[in-house]
Amino acid sequence: MYTFSSKLKTFSLILMVVGAIGIGIGFWSAPKTIEEVETILSADSHGHHAEATHEAHATHDAHATHDEHAAHATEATHDTEHKAHLEHVLHQLQNKPWAAFYVACIFFMLISLGAFVFNAIQYAAQAGWSPILFRVMEGISAYLLPGSVIFFGVLVLSGLHFNHLFVWMDPEVVANDHLIQGKSGYLNVPFFLGRAAIFLLLWNFFRFKIRKNSLALENSDDASIYKSIFKLSATFLVIFIVTESIMSWDWIMSVDPHWYSTLFGWYVFASFFVSAITTIALVTIYLKSKGYLEQVNTSHIHDLAKFMFGLSIFWTYLWFSQFMLIWYSDIPEEVTYFVTRIEHYKLPFFGMLVMNFVFPLLILVNTDFKRLSWIIVTAGTVILMGHYIDFYNMIMPATVGDQWFIGLPEVSAVLFFLGLFIFVVFTALTKAPLVAKGNPLMEESKHFHY
Amino acid sequence: MSNKVVHAIYNDDDVLMDAVKKTRAAHHHIEEVYTPFPVHGLDKAMGLAPTRIAIASFLYGLTGLAIYTTLLNYIMINDWPQDIGGKPSFSFIDNLPAFVPVMFEGTVFFAAHLMVITFYMRSKLWPFKQAENPDVRTTDDHFLMEIGVHGNEEELVSFLQGTGAVEVKVIEKH
Repeated sequence: MYTFSSKLKTFSLILMVVGAIGIGIGFWSAPKTIEEVETILSADSHGHHAEATHEAHATHDAHATHDEHAAHATEATHDTEHKAHLEHVLHQLQNKPWAAFYVACIFFMLISLGAFVFNAIQYAAQAGWSPILFRVMEGISAYLLPGSVIFFGVLVLSGLHFNHLFVWMDPEVVANDHLIQGKSGYLNVPFFLGRAAIFLLLWNFFRFKIRKNSLALENSDDASIYKSIFKLSATFLVIFIVTESIMSWDWIMSVDPHWYSTLFGWYVFASFFVSAITTIALVTIYLKSKGYLEQVNTSHIHDLAKFMFGLSIFWTYLWFSQFMLIWYSDIPEEVTYFVTRIEHYKLPFFGMLVMNFVFPLLILVNTDFKRLSWIIVTAGTVILMGHYIDFYNMIMPATVGDQWFIGLPEVSAVLFFLGLFIFVVFTALTKAPLVAKGNPLMEESKHFHY
Repeated sequence: MSNKVVHAIYNDDDVLMDAVKKTRAAHHHIEEVYTPFPVHGLDKAMGLAPTRIAIASFLYGLTGLAIYTTLLNYIMINDWPQDIGGKPSFSFIDNLPAFVPVMFEGTVFFAAHLMVITFYMRSKLWPFKQAENPDVRTTDDHFLMEIGVHGNEEELVSFLQGTGAVEVKVIEKH
């Protein structure tokens, strides 16, 4: 049995507290009125990405202040064009803490979902090498429940107009936008939240059932339990690939409701799947370094590293396929997606390519390197940061535009969810022995050697 | 100076592995082992140095990448920077995405083919090459270990018979 070291527990709690404070400051310091935006813009004229440090109103209700601002706008005697610009920037700045929270929230939730998918694939494929890592995967996928509750909360708040993450939720915007009107049969709040609820419930249901059966297998060698896990996994994978595709349109692509891409679901999947496998490798290496998981040898690590390597390239393949097809044909309604990213997000947009492709390609191509913990930890850290930036690049351009900056709200949100993630995952790991008994392939897995 | 070798023949790969380990422990020099199929772990048991063909392949891949990059840059950007359907042929980086498929395939082509050719050359394989198996049964169901005779011949033969060999022959090599 694993015991959650008090040091790590304290660390995760500190992360959560620091993150929560940072998130609070982020919301508190977001501008509430056009006047504030004006002072920020004039203060920032030397460098437009500097952090806004100004006094904000005491109220935290972004929606209420938005109305207040709308009232202001009618009274204002400014040049209308200038005012429209300020209003635009105000929305972007008000979106910043929300978008920062949203990116970190969906990123960590999808990591745990990815770990669960990997677990299901291992069951369905009857892999002989991985059963020794099943408890680690189950621990990571334990975050799915709290993660999806928070995530659904954010979606509900968006649906209730507490923020402007999804422009198609704004009736004013839809009224003037024929393109969104044409999509309103799909993009409307009740249907959107209903879909989200169904997907999250389905995923959590399968994760709950498989975990339950996996624990039941612990105290019996009844093959029927193993078979039922196999069937559940296979069913889940079919459901997953459908829901994952729709999920990526809903939660990520719909922040740009004028744009669409057919391979987007796969692209999102590759991104969080490689992050999930990286997380599995990192948690495994951590547990092994603490003396748990004695039977995990360098061959297991090597296999995980191969997955990290291969899927990093798979992600790049999809990234490039999406980018190159749109770049090549250069159709205006599609290409704006990349034009805004290359114009305003040059460093993150191409930087993630270095972090997610070039670095893992060069470091993980070597067989000997794939067996060294410190190499995996280094590569894994870079890959995880790179895929955070990937999600950042998917959400931010549509929500905060050129007002982006990886500052306090973004870092705090990541720290908060990292702390929560560590806390939930390692708490879950203490709930069951780290080596799952009863799995018919466990013996093979213990002696796995590559 | 005699060029005598002993051929110890086995009919099971597990027995062969065991015999290889014993022979190495007894400090007899194994000239060669002939097997009908790859025996997992045999190279390690024999103490053979790991292959460097993957390193060679990586370098070949880099060569291919360099060649195709240079080729595309020369043709599309330097030699005749024509406007083809509005593609930006001003600099290599401007038109890079269009070149990537070619650069990728070129890298794979060089890495794969030159590695295969390297393998053929290093293992001395080519058409019309004289086959070298000392016993035709080694391509079917027998395993043969060849050990050079340097000291006591009788002792070596009896040692090999003790390792489970189904047949031990002393052969004069030319």
